[in-house]
Amino acid sequence: MIPPGYFFILSVALFVLGIIAFFLKRDLITQFMAIEIMLNAANLAFLALARSSNFVDAQVIVFFIITVAAAEAAIGLAIVLLIFRKKKTIKTETLNSMKG
Amino acid sequence: MTDVFWLIPFAPVLSSLVLVVFGSKLSKKWVSLQACGAVLLSFVFALVAFLGSLRISPEEFPIVKTLFPWIGAGSFQAGFSFQFDPLSAVMVLVVTGVGFLIHLYSVGYMAHDKGYTRYFAYLNLFTFAMLILVLASNMVLMFVGWEGVGLCSYLLIGFWFEKPSAAAAGKKAFIVNRIGDMGFILGLLFILVAVGSSEFSAINKAIGQGIFPQALATLIAILLFVGATGKSAQIPLYVWLPDAMEGPTPVSALIHAATMVTAGVYMVARLNLLFTFSGTAADIVALVGALTAVFAATMALTQNDIKRVLAYSTISQLGYMFIGCGVGAYAAGIFHLYTHAFFKSLLFLSAGSVIHALSGQQDMRKMGGLRKHLPRTFPPFLIGAIAISGIPFLSGFFSKDAILTEAFAQGKYFIWALGLTGAVMTAFYMFRLIFLTFYGQERIEHEAKHHLHESPKSMTVPLAILAVFSVIAGYAGLPAVLGEKADLFKRFLDPVIKPGAEGHIGAGTEWLLMLVSVAVAAVGIFAAYVFYLQKPGIPHTLVARFPWLYKLLYNKYFVDEIYGAVIVNPLVKGSDWVYGHFDLKVIDGALNGSASATGFFGKVLSFVQTGFVKDYALAFLLGAVIFLGVLLF
Repeated sequence: MIPPGYFFILSVALFVLGIIAFFLKRDLITQFMAIEIMLNAANLAFLALARSSNFVDAQVIVFFIITVAAAEAAIGLAIVLLIFRKKKTIKTETLNSMKG
Repeated sequence: MTDVFWLIPFAPVLSSLVLVVFGSKLSKKWVSLQACGAVLLSFVFALVAFLGSLRISPEEFPIVKTLFPWIGAGSFQAGFSFQFDPLSAVMVLVVTGVGFLIHLYSVGYMAHDKGYTRYFAYLNLFTFAMLILVLASNMVLMFVGWEGVGLCSYLLIGFWFEKPSAAAAGKKAFIVNRIGDMGFILGLLFILVAVGSSEFSAINKAIGQGIFPQALATLIAILLFVGATGKSAQIPLYVWLPDAMEGPTPVSALIHAATMVTAGVYMVARLNLLFTFSGTAADIVALVGALTAVFAATMALTQNDIKRVLAYSTISQLGYMFIGCGVGAYAAGIFHLYTHAFFKSLLFLSAGSVIHALSGQQDMRKMGGLRKHLPRTFPPFLIGAIAISGIPFLSGFFSKDAILTEAFAQGKYFIWALGLTGAVMTAFYMFRLIFLTFYGQERIEHEAKHHLHESPKSMTVPLAILAVFSVIAGYAGLPAVLGEKADLFKRFLDPVIKPGAEGHIGAGTEWLLMLVSVAVAAVGIFAAYVFYLQKPGIPHTLVARFPWLYKLLYNKYFVDEIYGAVIVNPLVKGSDWVYGHFDLKVIDGALNGSASATGFFGKVLSFVQTGFVKDYALAFLLGAVIFLGVLLF
């Protein structure tokens, strides 16, 4: 059996990659993918924990995260689509109409 | 049988509710049937309760019926509870009996008014409030009735609110009454503090036990009397009543002659122990009453509006009732209230019939010679005038004489003299009114003359009934000189009115006093006859000789103007100043200031909101890092 520490390392690595991608990329779709990566990094950590210490609650949380992620993806993509229709761009540096 | 008394107030209020909710769907016939029927039902209940109470021994009064506990706060309790005793009995009989006749009259008088349903809804609401007032067993509930009748009075004075003068008169009545009510509330609060309860029985018990300091009793009594001067139109708060004549005439008869304005007298009689105990307060009541009786009578001398003469006459007669209460003759005061209810509502309703016949003309200078045109209005009017003037064998004579005799017997000669002066003027102005309206040459305008007609049956029948009562009502309280038991009325009220120190005068003196009263009335009538029929030039000569006096009286002593200049205008000006300097600058300034300060800081801090997703995400990331850092280290 693979020791759980490896999973954690992988999870952290994925998460950091997600953060870096989110801040470096400039279009919404890629940033969206970065968020998904972060979510799944968290999932991985939870599952590793569940496996290593027979902690069932963590598995339940994973299910929740998957559902939320699915819903978020659906709504998020719809928003991105609408923004593109309206503004003809999804480059985040041009989108600041919510400025105070 | 007396137990039905708590049902008395509910028929009118149900009728009023039905009229408010379904009134627009009911036909005129049903509206009148339902409204009059409700009051008639109340009257039947009142009559049953009254007849039952005759067979109850005096010790059992008052009979209290608590419908439900109403206010409970700590040790203070006030129930929605009614009480029935001889005083309430007299009042409910007057309110529902005279009220029913006036309802009947209104059917004819208001027949062509577009606010017919609204009128009866208000009228029945008023009847309900008045019955609550006279049946309440505690002062808190009484105050509900007190305010209720005030509200209905406002609504009915301003019934034709499209007329600016009517709307203004309603407002004036309401505001002047508020000033009096402030006294009432303060008195009520003092009683609550001193007695711990506002039940009349508890108040009377507290006075009987002597736990009241006399000074406190005087203070409370005077404060309550301030309330009474407002509601019962006494000096200095009488100014609203003449203006209240803007309302429909039956309203003037019901509210501003027979019932509501007597609420103050009722209240003083109800708390007779308090006023008698205080002594000083009773003297003030008598003095204010006497001054009002004369003061108002002088103003009635020169008025040309038929209803205004009657209004000043009402103020004057209410003064007599207060004289009665003030000199300790509470029974006589209530007796005058009861006879006055008949002959004054009769006078108002007859005047209404005259006005109706002349298509709304109220100016006596444009009447005259109406005797032959209004054969069914004239006799009741004349009977009412004779009754109020104090001619023997009619009701007004007995009651007014009872009051004046008692004032004399108590040694209050000044008050007695004032009362007598008022009586001369009463006879004079009443017959001036009769002669100007029904005798002499016709001065009717052409247009009105064209439509001149006697009033319908529904108006003249109540007049006839009231005329009968104006004659016979007085026999309930014959003078004591005719025998100890002659004064049925006083004996009936004995359970409520604890006998004070009665002044005793010999039978000879009493006969003499009666003779003086009669002579005085005769002089007044004769003077009116000479002035207005025999030598109509005299009034003009007098006016020419004493122009300042005439001006003073005609303009009602300029009291309205003085109040306007001394109280109303400074208040309005002061309010304007406060509005300009405090409301606009301080209150609005503070409000606007805080709003713009918030706006300013918002503007300053809004640079954080760049609108770029990445900036927010960065803030979020930093926050998460700091949070984790704090959590871990």
